Amino acid sequence: MGHIGYGAMSYDVAHLLGGTMLLLSFALLSQRRITSTIDTYAIQAVTLAIAACWQGWVQNEPSLYLTGAIAFGAKAVVIPLMLKRSVRRLKLHDAREEALSIFTAMALGVALVALSIMVVLPTTMQAGALTREDLALALSVVLLGLLMMITRRTAFTQVIGFMSLENGLILAAVGVAGMPLVVELSVAVLVLVGFVVFGVFLRRMRVHFHSLDTAHLDRVGSAQR
Amino acid sequence: MMSDFLSPVALVPALPLVGALLAALVRDSRFGAYVAIAAAAGGFAAACLLPHEIGSSLFLLVDPVSAHLAMLTAFVGLTTAIYSRRYIARELETGRLDETRVQRYHIVLLCFLGFMLLALLSNNLGIAWVALEAATISAVLGVGLPRTAESIEASWKFFLICGVGIALALFGTVVLYLAAMPALGPGYGAMTWTELAQAAPQIRPTLLNLAFVFLLVGYGTKAGLVPLHSWMPDAHAEGPTPISAVLAGSVLNVALLLIMRLRGVMAANGQSIDPGPPLMALGLFSVLLGAFSLWGRRDAKRFFAFSSIEQSGLAAFAIGLGGLGGIFAALLHMTVHTLAKAAVYQAVGRAAQRKGGQTFKDITGLIASDRALGLTLAAAVIAVAGLPPFGLFASEVLVLSESVRHTPFLTPLLMLGLLVGGWKLLARLISLCLGPPTAAVGPAVNWVALLPTWVHLAIIAVLGFAMPSAVADWLIAAARSIPGGAL
Repeated sequence: MGHIGYGAMSYDVAHLLGGTMLLLSFALLSQRRITSTIDTYAIQAVTLAIAACWQGWVQNEPSLYLTGAIAFGAKAVVIPLMLKRSVRRLKLHDAREEALSIFTAMALGVALVALSIMVVLPTTMQAGALTREDLALALSVVLLGLLMMITRRTAFTQVIGFMSLENGLILAAVGVAGMPLVVELSVAVLVLVGFVVFGVFLRRMRVHFHSLDTAHLDRVGSAQR
Repeated sequence: MMSDFLSPVALVPALPLVGALLAALVRDSRFGAYVAIAAAAGGFAAACLLPHEIGSSLFLLVDPVSAHLAMLTAFVGLTTAIYSRRYIARELETGRLDETRVQRYHIVLLCFLGFMLLALLSNNLGIAWVALEAATISAVLGVGLPRTAESIEASWKFFLICGVGIALALFGTVVLYLAAMPALGPGYGAMTWTELAQAAPQIRPTLLNLAFVFLLVGYGTKAGLVPLHSWMPDAHAEGPTPISAVLAGSVLNVALLLIMRLRGVMAANGQSIDPGPPLMALGLFSVLLGAFSLWGRRDAKRFFAFSSIEQSGLAAFAIGLGGLGGIFAALLHMTVHTLAKAAVYQAVGRAAQRKGGQTFKDITGLIASDRALGLTLAAAVIAVAGLPPFGLFASEVLVLSESVRHTPFLTPLLMLGLLVGGWKLLARLISLCLGPPTAAVGPAVNWVALLPTWVHLAIIAVLGFAMPSAVADWLIAAARSIPGGAL
């Protein structure tokens, strides 16, 4: 495998791909229109697929190509298409949703990235540079996904926040050399199964509430109970 | 690898999962209930052989603690399957469920049971994670089954919060692998509990700390620990009652077992942070929040879910205390709480069907209207409140005395939580069981239907005032089998 560090091709490309994913996480935070949110998510998934394949090549681990293929097929193609179809069916394509102001969202996002760098870099002193920075980038993507889930109100964008969070998880898993396939496969299973669940819920929520706004969910936890 | 999945141990999770497949083929709901009972009974019978199968392989790990918890889970699964036959038949009559949903209910119940048993017996962190995730998805589908607006809201919330929790746990698993890889090399070794325990001193402590934080928060979500506990009351209140009965104890046990094992690895590592204080802090907060949240609840099933948060917090606190005494107390507490809470939910479910509602306003004066049911519910609530002669009294006293020995300054807070919780449970017991009865709408509950609940209560009563020495030895062996448990 040779030396991996600044200036080495394998390192630079992995770093670039991880950085692109983080950038797209920021883009997701600032998107208001549901259709553009889905597009941005799809681009992030493509980046993840390329990152997984790149790691497969660098680590000489063919199973990672499979991870990349699953990420591309499921997350970059099938899921965005299904989401877009239900957006069309629910006539939400022009909908814009209220969220935090761009400045607040960006400031919180930058704070989370700083946090994850401050947490990961000192704890991984002995690990290779590639692993360290990959982990820091992955944790940032995870935290930004969480932030998106917290700050958005509709079920659609919360689902996308959740899936973006999982992109971060897979980025972490593929960056660790020699990790058995169990994790990648399990995440793929999770996304597929999870999405089936989500799809069912989206349909059912539409039937019951005529809206996808999760503010309706406060009914269960309301004070009278 | 193949032999792993053909061993007698693998039968324990496999039988319920095969039962789920069969239940998917059976259209008739009455017959489906018997398939569920048979599969759960098979799982329990296989689990009873686990103490003779102690050992570990690449993917499966049977040590006394996992054997104990697997037997417990399989037992509660069996009594719940027996209980739900009549319960579901009644739901079918009232139209809250239809034939297809009843069929799905049996599939979901058996999948949930099978995957939880797999998570308990798994030696591989990745497989345990997948199994817990699959169990979560089954439970989410189960909670959403009644398809009322409330149950869909509850299952959506359940799924989102637990999804985030389980995602954080996966990140923790990746970091733990990274921490152990230099010591164990790439491959399955660095994801295997037995290898991690042996190589614990060589694991990188800084990464182990990071993994601990994510695994604690992630699996803590499943255990209902503060701050990610808010799915529990909704899921318990809105789902079918038998799902609440298995959810109440078993998922907490799986999550707490994983946390316990991680705690053992950290204790054996020596250079990482002490996992005790964070665990005790989360546990203590959960005890206090659960206890004080009991005030002002109107829905009986929600009320008892908050009590589960309190009890799970107490078990986490005991695990945080550590040492043989702490782990023993935690195991005893998990055992009796699982049995007691399942008994409470079984009795509350019957009462709710009898009275046609599950709020405290709907259910009063049970002893006057339904003597056997009222007395059973009263006994179950007394057990959960931690009063003698039931086992929770013994386990709570054990945790408190361990706390006095190691952290005397926290004991008053812990006692406050337990007293407040117990007080409110008894106040509710009076309103549920005494006073003028509300009108009954459902059919009377005969004593045969209460048998599973009585078996639970009998076991916790025996564990409370006359624990056989064989059981005590077995629990001590289980506590010792946690690496670092015998510090």
